[in-house]
This record gives sequence, C-alpha cells and structure tokens, in this order.
Amino acid sequence: MTEIINHSIPSRPDFAAIAAWIRPGAKVLDLGCGDGSLLRYLQDTRNISGYGVEIDDNNILSCFKNRINVIQSDLESGLSSFESGSFDYVILSQTLQAMKHTEGIIMEMLRVGKEGILSFPNFGYWKNRKQVISGHMPISETLPYQWYDTPNIHLCTLDDFEALCHQQGAHILERIVMNGKRRVRLLPNLMGVLAFYRLEQRKVMD
Amino acid sequence: MQASDSIGIVTPQYLHIDKPLHLKSGTILRSYDLVYETYGELNSARSNAILICHALSGNHHVAGFYADEPKRVGWWDNMIGPGKPIDTHRFFVIGVNNLGGCHGSTGPASIDAGTGKPYGANFPIVTVEDWVKTQTQLADHLGIEQFAAIGGGSLGGMQALQWTLDYPERVRHALVIASASKLTAQNIAFNDVARQAIITDQDFYGGDYYSHNTLPRRGLRLARMLGHITYLSGDSMAAKFGRELRAGKIAFGFDVEFEIESYLRYQGDKFADQFDANSYLLMTKALDYFDPAGAHEDDLSAAFRVAKANFLVLSFTSDWRFAPERSREIVKALLDNVANVSYAEITSSHGHDSFLMVDDYYHQLVRAYMDNIKT
Repeated sequence: MTEIINHSIPSRPDFAAIAAWIRPGAKVLDLGCGDGSLLRYLQDTRNISGYGVEIDDNNILSCFKNRINVIQSDLESGLSSFESGSFDYVILSQTLQAMKHTEGIIMEMLRVGKEGILSFPNFGYWKNRKQVISGHMPISETLPYQWYDTPNIHLCTLDDFEALCHQQGAHILERIVMNGKRRVRLLPNLMGVLAFYRLEQRKVMD
Repeated sequence: MQASDSIGIVTPQYLHIDKPLHLKSGTILRSYDLVYETYGELNSARSNAILICHALSGNHHVAGFYADEPKRVGWWDNMIGPGKPIDTHRFFVIGVNNLGGCHGSTGPASIDAGTGKPYGANFPIVTVEDWVKTQTQLADHLGIEQFAAIGGGSLGGMQALQWTLDYPERVRHALVIASASKLTAQNIAFNDVARQAIITDQDFYGGDYYSHNTLPRRGLRLARMLGHITYLSGDSMAAKFGRELRAGKIAFGFDVEFEIESYLRYQGDKFADQFDANSYLLMTKALDYFDPAGAHEDDLSAAFRVAKANFLVLSFTSDWRFAPERSREIVKALLDNVANVSYAEITSSHGHDSFLMVDDYYHQLVRAYMDNIKT
C-alpha cells in the first residue's frame, strides 16, 4: 500500500483558502485527510458534513480524536465506495504530488464530487528553479524532503497541472496562488508557492 | 490479567420473560429466561447504557470474574472495565446470553415446561432478529429506552447491525467489529461441516442426547477444531506452532505428534466439556441466515435506509473468515445512506480472533471512539 503523506504547513492559510470556496452546510469528501484537522476546521467554520479518506494508522486515530468520520482506504485503488455525484466538494489537499495514479484520481474526484478542490506545491516557484539551476533538487518549506526520501513522486508546475486538466476534461472554475499568507497575482507560475484549484467536469456539448 | 483495572467480582442475573416470543421461523416461544451481567452504573438520565452482543461461543460473562471462580474472566475483559477502552466509569455495560445458548438463557438443554423434559431437538431455530427482539425485553426491564451504543464482534456485530435496522430509535452508536452483512458460501460451508460433525455423531440421537445420558462429544470437538482453524490465520499458526513436535521426533503413528494437533485436540476437548452441541447448531444457523439485504432484493444500501445510528466498523487484515471486504460492503452501504461512519482496517496477524486480542492500536481506536460518545 502506498503511504499518502499530507504534511502540514504552519498557520494553515491553506485551510482558509479552501474554506472560502466551500458553501456552508455542504457535503465534503476529503481525500488523504491526514489527521482530520481540515475537516474539523470545515465542520467548525462551515458546518459541513462528510468524510475523510486516509490510509495511515496514526492519522486514522487522530481523525477519531478530531471527531470526524474517516474511512481507512488506499486512494490509489480509486473511490469505488463512493457513488457518482454524491458530494458537493471532493478535496485533495497537498496529496496529488504524492500519488501514483495522478490522472485517475482527478477523474475520480470529478465523478464523485460536483466540484473538486485541489492544492499542491508549485514546483515552478522561483526558489525551486534556482536550486535546480544550481544543480540540486529543491528543498523548501512545502517540499521539505531530500530527493531520496521524498514521498512526492509527481511534482508539477501550475502550467503543467493546467495542461493536464485540459487533457482530462476538467474545467478550471477558479485558481488561487499563495506565497505564505499572501495571494500571488503577478507571474503565479514563478512567484507562487502553493496553488489551489476549483474544478468541475467539463460539460459535454451535444 | 491486571486486577487493578478489572471490574472485579460480577454476578449473573436472571430475567424471566412471560410474554410469547414470535420467532422469525413462525414458532412461538411462550416464555423464556435471559441471563445477563451488568458493569458500571446506569446514570440518572439512563443514557449511558452499552449492550455487548456475543459471538458464536460467547455468553453474558463479558468482563470481571466470579467470586467462586476467580479464573473465569469475561471474554472481553481486556476491552471493558474501569479505565479500559469501554470504560465502566462512564458507561453501564450489559452482557446477555443469547436465547438458545447454554449458559443460563433458555436453550435446547433447558426444561420445556410443556413436557417436563429438555427441549432438545424441539428447540426452535432462532435468528439474529429474534435475539434482538429478546434483547429489547431486557432493555425494557432495565429501563433503557435508548442505548448509547450496541456492539460486538463477528456474530455480535451482526446483532448490533440488526438493532440499527429494527429499532433505529433505540441505538445511537453501533460498533461492528470483524463482522459481515451476510456469510459467504465458503463461510456457510465451514458451518455445515461443523454441523455435520455433530449431527452424524452416534451419540447425537437426533438432538435428544440428554435423555440418553450422553453427549455428542466427538462431533462437537471436531466442530470446534475446524472452527478454531478458521479463526486463526496461517501466519499466526505458523508463528505459534510451526512444525514443532511434542516428543521432539517423528513417531510414525497417528497419535498426537505435532504441537498444533495437541493444541487443537485440547481446545476441542475443553469446548466439548462446556458447550452444548444443540446450541452450537443453533448459533451457526443464526449466522448462516443473517442477511438484512435479503428482504431488499440484495440491496444492502436499501436495507440501511432506516438506520439512524452512528457506526464504527472495524476489520482485521488477517481475518479471512470475516474478511475486510465484508466490512467494506457494510461501509459502502452506510456511505450510500450518508450515515455517520468511521472505518479502520487494523493490521493484525491473529485472524478472526484478533477482535478478542489485546492490540494497542485497536484498543486506542475503540477508546477514542467511545470517548466521543455523549452520555
């Protein structure tokens, strides 16, 4: 089984960014929900209902302690336990880059949810590029691993991700790019650290 | 066993129910007894009651020990007691022997008031639904309108599930551990081999062995040996027994040679001395018949539509008799109904028996879940 690591960043501006997109009272599925603190936050601030999906034992126990519904399951094997269109939002928070079946999970998210919310560290951030140019794999706050012990196997830039969305028939409804607590508007693919996307399945026109 | 966190000395209590019980089979039982034990105190709001349902060979003696038999510790004593995952400081816990059992509740070995003889083969087939009905009588007697939780492992988990379907208003949480919403063909097959071992024993006398002053010991022993193999995993048997020889060398005979043979025969003998063969037959039938989706064109999600409880579903990776897949079917049906459910698949090498074992992670999960239950 693949271990999905949902590493946390300090002060969680990512929680607030995701919460801003979530309608109060919505039904939410959080994939790779970690210790359940995002779902706890959304329950407290948005009165949502829903479930987390997580594989790691210690995280499952933390979810219990956070009083959220959690289903222990391997995301890599898909979301067959969940019916199509059964959630308002399916969240994949800083987990995409650690997944083997990247294309599959995006399709599954948009099947199960009316909307998908994804966040990931932008590999195109200039400090990452600088480290690569200087001859090394980047290590930063959002990519805190050495090349040999990183769970992140599918890193991408904003432009890369958007190309995949286009190819997968995922329509980008909204994008927010952050650098710490600050929102990045200028040259996001170069200046952005964390990217947030709100997606839906592109409507097929007859 | 640490005496410090044991509930201590417990005493079974009896309830005589003088009200006809209409069984699923169509038979009516005019009256019956239930034997039960309780641990902890029922609070003034009567909102902290937990019912523990037992599995195939279990009974009402769930925790603590008896004054005259300090070594007879309850079957889930590692889970239930003061400060334990199911904490008797907070909860009022009830264990009950199922109807048809052989530890005090009315069963095949009990005297039928109509004939003055043991029921024997005349004891009716009982189902999980029937048990749940009898358990409501006990709840009424104890003044419990709604249970904080009902739980159990294996066949016990099936009863917890049935409660949420038949009496959705009377159960707030269901703990469904190492269980299934129905048995597979393979599982029924194991049960039938066990039954055949008993029924074809010369001393079975069609179930009326009591009047012949004998017991179908060989059959019951074989049934238990077979069952025991299926409750363990290949890995745990290999780890515990391997190919160890009792005498250290092969004797070229059919006596006990390998340690595993010795162990199984010991377990079989012990069981045959303390369990009633007719009860064993009944319990296996209750397992086989359990299928709440059956009444809903095999749609388990439809069956759960009436449920209102919150669910904790747990399975164990090495349990091949009640495999994690069976638990995931339950979880899927609950998700379809937007029920509050949490599911964990616990890594364990002890097979189906894992639910009875001490495992730190398993116990922490149950403790964390129970801590969230309001009383």
